[in-house]
Amino acid sequence: MNIETTGSSALILVSIMAVVTLATRWGGVYVMSFVPIGYRVKQFIGATSGSVLVALLAPMALEGDNGARLALLATAATMLLLKKPLPAIAAGILTAAIFRQF
Amino acid sequence: MTDADKNLHEFNRQMVWAGFRQLVPIAVFVTLFGAAFGLAAIQAGLQGSVIVAMSTLVFAGASQFAALELWGPQVSLFTLVITVFAINARHLLMGATLYPWLRHLPPAKRYGVMLIASDANWAMSLQAFNRGQPGIGLLLGGGLALWSFWVVGTWLGIYFGGAIQEPRSLGLDMVMGCFLLAMVVGGEKNLRLLMIWIVAACASLLAYWYLPDNSHVVVGALAGGLAGTFWTEKKNEH
Repeated sequence: MNIETTGSSALILVSIMAVVTLATRWGGVYVMSFVPIGYRVKQFIGATSGSVLVALLAPMALEGDNGARLALLATAATMLLLKKPLPAIAAGILTAAIFRQF
Repeated sequence: MTDADKNLHEFNRQMVWAGFRQLVPIAVFVTLFGAAFGLAAIQAGLQGSVIVAMSTLVFAGASQFAALELWGPQVSLFTLVITVFAINARHLLMGATLYPWLRHLPPAKRYGVMLIASDANWAMSLQAFNRGQPGIGLLLGGGLALWSFWVVGTWLGIYFGGAIQEPRSLGLDMVMGCFLLAMVVGGEKNLRLLMIWIVAACASLLAYWYLPDNSHVVVGALAGGLAGTFWTEKKNEH
């Protein structure tokens, strides 16, 4: 089904996007209210939380340009050294920006 | 994972404000990212009011950029819904990972704070919980910071977007990536987690290459989660 993007139909599309996104924000909490939180479930939840981030980052690191790779490397190194997120993020962004000037 | 039965779910106005302030530095970058979105949306032919409405109501950058790719005189509703759902499906897992603490809240608050859950405030909040500190203030206050700066940034991009035509050359596309990596590196590290992350990374890459678009985050996260149920933490056993 195709929807026009003129006038108010564009706002209808935006509303549909909002509802779908809200369903993802609420859905996980809602489903979990039916799951008894036992030992295995706790282990699953704990392992999933870091894995979300790693799964987001892996293609970024492998498929990104060298600027992106160096940025992630700089962030990881700074984070390991200083253990402070803000300098680590700044180092990453700065690295990407400098690298991409050339 | 730490014991979720303490009163870590409790929050008050001070904690929300503290969470807001803690996320402001990231939110400043989010403003620039929002401006890049506003500009891209104008270039894709959307009306200013529609663009601001999208950032306000959807508040999920990656899916909003993807929607621009699908935008034209007509939009296929099915494709739009599938794309937005696939990109935002990670929220399902974020909600689930916060559930051990959220469950102590009354439903209105529980779902209320999830309205503005996104990558950065979720990561900060979960990290606080895992350290045995209260995290809802970070989730709600941090979310409010990210959301308001995102909307303002979008608005700036619509009207003054010409100033940042190439956010990429300034490294701004790496803001979220670097932030999330800092969260991973700064969190708990051990051999078990490392193996889980390797499973997650490999599954994510395989999905990225061979499965439908936008499925890699959920596939990788679930693979890592499953690995965690097989290789469980020894200290808690029996």
